Amino acid sequence: MNEHHDVVIVGAGHAGVNLAAYLSKGGYQGSVALLSNETILPYKRPPLSKGFLLDAEPLESLPLRTAEYWAASPVDLQLGVEVLEVRPDEQTVVTASGRELTYGRLVWAAGGRARSLPLPGATLPGVHQVRTLDDVLALKQELPRASRAVFVGGGYIGLETAAAFRGLGLDVTVIEAAGRVLERVTSAEISEYFHRVHREAGVDIRLGATVKEFTERDGRVASVVLGDGEVPADVVVVGIGLVPNIDILAAAGASCSNGIEVDELCRTSLPAVSAIGDCTSQLNPYAPDRRMRLESVQNANEQAKVVASDLLGRPAASGEVPKFWSDQYHIKLKTAGLIAGHDQMVVRGDPGSGVFSVLYLSAGRLVAIDSVNNPVDFAKGSALIKQRAQIAPEVLADSAQPLQETGLPLTAPGARSRVG
Amino acid sequence: MPTITFVDPHGIEHDVEGDVGQSLMTVAVNHDIPGIEGECGGEMACGTCHVYVADTAGCVPPPRTTDEAEMLEVLIDGVKPTSRLGCQIRVGPELDGLSVTVPSE
Repeated sequence: MNEHHDVVIVGAGHAGVNLAAYLSKGGYQGSVALLSNETILPYKRPPLSKGFLLDAEPLESLPLRTAEYWAASPVDLQLGVEVLEVRPDEQTVVTASGRELTYGRLVWAAGGRARSLPLPGATLPGVHQVRTLDDVLALKQELPRASRAVFVGGGYIGLETAAAFRGLGLDVTVIEAAGRVLERVTSAEISEYFHRVHREAGVDIRLGATVKEFTERDGRVASVVLGDGEVPADVVVVGIGLVPNIDILAAAGASCSNGIEVDELCRTSLPAVSAIGDCTSQLNPYAPDRRMRLESVQNANEQAKVVASDLLGRPAASGEVPKFWSDQYHIKLKTAGLIAGHDQMVVRGDPGSGVFSVLYLSAGRLVAIDSVNNPVDFAKGSALIKQRAQIAPEVLADSAQPLQETGLPLTAPGARSRVG
Repeated sequence: MPTITFVDPHGIEHDVEGDVGQSLMTVAVNHDIPGIEGECGGEMACGTCHVYVADTAGCVPPPRTTDEAEMLEVLIDGVKPTSRLGCQIRVGPELDGLSVTVPSE
């Protein structure tokens, strides 16, 4: 007889674990199985590129829930289970060991994997990625004998890890193909700020640089060959983005684009199949004109909440403002809203002071905020974005005035403030 | 281990044990206490670990820091004198028997 669960959750990252917890907290009466393809307790990912590398956060602090939690939980956490196939007509998932589990509802929370570089030498020992705990444990093992680190990719993961490596005293070079770091996620203003901080910390950042290959010596990576030059390396970290794990669900017939397409209740195009977290593509109320795939703990958590509400019989879409954060050195960058399609940008405070915000407006309404070491602006900004508040750019730009709604802009958008 | 009582938004009491050094938020998350999410992981950025801490059985946690007080004002509508962010209170032996109340929204 097949193993049956009312809910089968595939993937035990932040999305899957939070969904399981919301179902328990909400008094869900059905049976829930949570499948992880890893063999350790589900863990937090954000510290992997930050505090955990620096030994500021110990291994014991990483699990999302304790062993005692899972022992007491009605949720059946199954570790080391890899799902290879979904048969939507039979409401069945098939695992690598050939087990078949039937479901009342399948929730695909399989996240993504680090994008790899299809270049010569990219699989040499010493070339790493930062996605799983195993990845980071392998990277940490290199540290005692490494003095020169090269990072391919100047995104959040690359820069956070680079900052940690500088903190550990390594020589660090960052190779970025685009014209600025963090180009995919923020404005030029914030990119310039982080570029300057890293440069002052002694990081060598190469912009507009392309990697051709990795050279080998004694069976390990020895250097990174660029279009114009070569950088010696004892250790290389490739952080060039995430590939969503959509293939299995796509093969089952789910509509997919950049991610698994889900509606506002996180339902896929397949019956009885929902999807949450980094692998999903969804229309966002804060950017309603196009599907987006958001990679953040907060989005994973919000979508988990939505699916829990659906399973608990009181379906409610999320109205929350998307939020992201990144820690580098002493800097806490917190972002609310989606930086897309704004027609006006206002800098609030002095970037030179290390405490400032950049606010993004569309037709006079606040749509996003990047805050640097400024939790008060971040919290107020988030609330104002949710209200779709109209705020005069003059007020936004004056850090002596609190962030608050002022009604219609005092000037026409773009008339006086910088347009970004 | 110190025992903490969480009174959830439905008025149900949950007596749970916390490890010394853990935050009240972490203890609550590890026991599925309704109404506590700890979404930002203890960064004082979300307000989803808001609790009311009354002086119960002589258990009084250390007072708010300036930062916590400031973030409470920003994050929480209708802050009370007993409002705290659970992520900022560390469990210690002196908090054995503490009772905190989780607000209903």
